[in-house]
Amino acid sequence: MAEVEALRPGAEAEVPIGAIVARGYWGTVAYRLSQDPVTIAFGVVLILIFLAAIFAPVLAPHDPYKTNMPMRLTAIGTPGFLLGGDELGRDMLTRLLYGGRVSLFMGLTPVLLALLIGGSLGVTAGFVGGKVNMGIMRVMDVFYAFPTVLLAIGLTGALGTGSRNLLIAITVILSPPIARVAESVTTQVRAFDFVEAARASGADTSTIIRVHVLSNVLGPILIYTTSLVSVSIIISAGLSFLGFGVTPPTADWGLMLATLRTTIWANPYVAVLPGLMIFITSMCFNLLSDGMRNAMDMRF
Amino acid sequence: MDYILRRILYAIPIALGVTVIVFSLVYMGPVDPLTAVTPDDAEPHVIEMIKKQYGFDKPIPVQYLIWLKRALMGDFGVSLQSNRPVIEEVIPALRKTMMLAMVATGLAFSVAFVLGVLAAYHNGTWMDRIFTGTAVIGVSVPNYWLSIVLVVIFAVELNWLPAVGMGPRGSGEWEWDLVHIRYLILPVIAVSAIPVGIITRTTRACVLEMLSQEFVPALHSKGITSVRVLVHVVRNAAPTVLAATGIQFGHLLGGSILVETVFVWPGTGYLLNESIFRRDFPVLQGTIAVLAIFFVLINLIVDIVQTWLDPRIKRG
Repeated sequence: MAEVEALRPGAEAEVPIGAIVARGYWGTVAYRLSQDPVTIAFGVVLILIFLAAIFAPVLAPHDPYKTNMPMRLTAIGTPGFLLGGDELGRDMLTRLLYGGRVSLFMGLTPVLLALLIGGSLGVTAGFVGGKVNMGIMRVMDVFYAFPTVLLAIGLTGALGTGSRNLLIAITVILSPPIARVAESVTTQVRAFDFVEAARASGADTSTIIRVHVLSNVLGPILIYTTSLVSVSIIISAGLSFLGFGVTPPTADWGLMLATLRTTIWANPYVAVLPGLMIFITSMCFNLLSDGMRNAMDMRF
Repeated sequence: MDYILRRILYAIPIALGVTVIVFSLVYMGPVDPLTAVTPDDAEPHVIEMIKKQYGFDKPIPVQYLIWLKRALMGDFGVSLQSNRPVIEEVIPALRKTMMLAMVATGLAFSVAFVLGVLAAYHNGTWMDRIFTGTAVIGVSVPNYWLSIVLVVIFAVELNWLPAVGMGPRGSGEWEWDLVHIRYLILPVIAVSAIPVGIITRTTRACVLEMLSQEFVPALHSKGITSVRVLVHVVRNAAPTVLAATGIQFGHLLGGSILVETVFVWPGTGYLLNESIFRRDFPVLQGTIAVLAIFFVLINLIVDIVQTWLDPRIKRG
């Protein structure tokens, strides 16, 4: 996870200084994004993937659970079975559409939960400082001392398999890095003069946190959090690939990849499709998060 | 020196914290860990006896201390599945995972360092875009899917390389000969994807930063050739890149479970997977403990080496 911090995107927008002042912050962000065709393209692909998942019941040509033995392992391009059939003759296109619902949910939920848990722990540690900071951050350090995937597997192994436990495990591994970022930006913001000034002019703690601290730390925390979405999707699909998540016959990209693995000798191109979806989705999130960071980072 | 000593001292509570988490894994689940060894119709006094035998009758903190004391001597109990000492299962598996991780890290570092330096030197050109794109693919591709794709291409379609195992006829003995190396190629490529992505990005960022420093035009203006300036730049970027590489090695030790499962590579990942499905808690606990402690040690060594390579680093 530490790797994500080391990344410094190189694309810089050539914007005259006058233009920045005239547009304001969000105007500049929007302007910069409009100058970045890669981010826009992958953003559009991502929106299409989400729409496909949301409208799966409308779009899907078949029933995702109806087995159809004569259509077992049919090749890509078979009429009526555009992307072929799986090991039980179910329509791949249909199952990929439905699989997106589960996989996107299982990938995004832990990020949101970790943002809430890790974010509040980090902001608390940074704002209160002292012993509280020590206590919270040292516990985070211990979780951080595990290789990410190993801890996720250990936790699902211990809690037992199933989607609820999988969500818990991934939330636990994503919270410490978010807490670290939140703690470090909060500590920086707290030291600024305007916080001291607000306190001196009689603002109470909750006002200071709401108005002065949160408004300044949320941006960096959110930018960092978006960079974790791709990791979360890959790991949650990976755990369900191992059979730790949802149970058959639920359509889920990770689980579909696992059950089709046995058919790679007979029908290899259909077998790799669910993984291709995981890959495309995770790449879209990575590029989108890079693009957002470039657009929102005003130092360039 | 002072920093190194403090860093070592700091690793001790972290390592202890890690053992606490690993120990608690057994108590997190809804299932009593004893159900795996207790017959369904066992009499209450038999259950008591089994509890005593495994030490489950004592208070949990006491159980932890007993477990820790044994663990420090390499005793993680006995596998519920094979009845062999856990450590005898973990060590051979660890050796195989390490081999995979070491070869993959070496490969990833060699490829990524070149890609990263070239991308930074040609910042903004098509070459930069291609290499940066490669790096994004590396961090975005699920390595378990990449494994399957590699098997489809090189085993199913081309029939060049074996699809699973680590030797002919499923032998678990490793030799450094051509026959065995053929089994290593696909798993190594699959696990190096993420490190290639991360090390390329780190190298590129680092070299770009160095190129923007004042010493670069200063060297040029002194009439030093570009090649020798490159040597200066690379030498300055090396500590950070090596640190990133070290951390990646650590992540591979604990993160190759998915790739190992696809290739039926008999390493720690495969062992973990088996232990979870067989509810073999001592093996699960022992494997995670050994891997996590290794990870703490690797982080420690990386920090020390980095401080030693780059004396400018002063840490609080």
